[in-house]
Amino acid sequence: MVPMWMFLAVAAGLFCIGAYVVLARRNAIAILMGVELMLSAAIVNLVTFWRFETPLVMNGQVFAAFIFVIAAAEAAVGLAIIISVYRTRRSVAVEDVDLLKW
Amino acid sequence: MVFGSFTPEAFAFGFFTILTLGGAYGVAMNTNLVRGAVWLIVSLFGVAGFLALLSAGFLAAVQVLVYIGAIGILFTFAVMLTRSMTNVNQRFNQQWWISLLVSALLFILLIVGVIIPVWGNQSPADMSPTIANTTDLGVALVTGGGFVLPFEVASLLLTAAIIGAILIAREDEE
Repeated sequence: MVPMWMFLAVAAGLFCIGAYVVLARRNAIAILMGVELMLSAAIVNLVTFWRFETPLVMNGQVFAAFIFVIAAAEAAVGLAIIISVYRTRRSVAVEDVDLLKW
Repeated sequence: MVFGSFTPEAFAFGFFTILTLGGAYGVAMNTNLVRGAVWLIVSLFGVAGFLALLSAGFLAAVQVLVYIGAIGILFTFAVMLTRSMTNVNQRFNQQWWISLLVSALLFILLIVGVIIPVWGNQSPADMSPTIANTTDLGVALVTGGGFVLPFEVASLLLTAAIIGAILIAREDEE
């Protein structure tokens, strides 16, 4: 079996690439993709700790299942907002969405 | 891990690592977001493989169904509906190098703060051979002493998200 730190290392790498995508990309859809990557890294971490620390208690897996729910809801609403913004502004670059800026 | 004991499991781990991190790199560096959606699906498939390796079979199946099936299609649709930005030369904002610095620092911090302390802590032989299965997950989700209230709240949240998404994305017919 692969040791625990290797799973954690891959999840950390995935999270950091996702964070870079969120911070650096201009396209709002790409930013949402980065958020999905970060949530996936969180799921890997939760299931890793469940498997190696408390494999007989289901809390880790249940928490991961709730992250699936949150991710699905977030993607649906986020993409709906982006499509709505695109309809009014003809752009999905985040710096063009400045209606609420003073 | 020593390379003398190169098991099929270790091989699968390496394969899924390449899929996950390579797909994530593709999401970060693509110029065409349709390709970005495909890279995202590749990366999420790697994550599903990790869940299967960690003997969470149900979550691996849900990962394929929900993430690859539903969210992948959703992203592809969103990219197609916002066509003007699919092929641009300027992918990153002006602060991309600060972002790179912050992400790299975060990675180093995670390695030093979290992964070095658990390095070699757990020999593979220590792993419990008896683990809870999908039946236990289902029982935990619906028993009163378990997670039945969060479960119901999550279903309510999904309903609200569906209605909200329809309302926001709908075209005003006036």
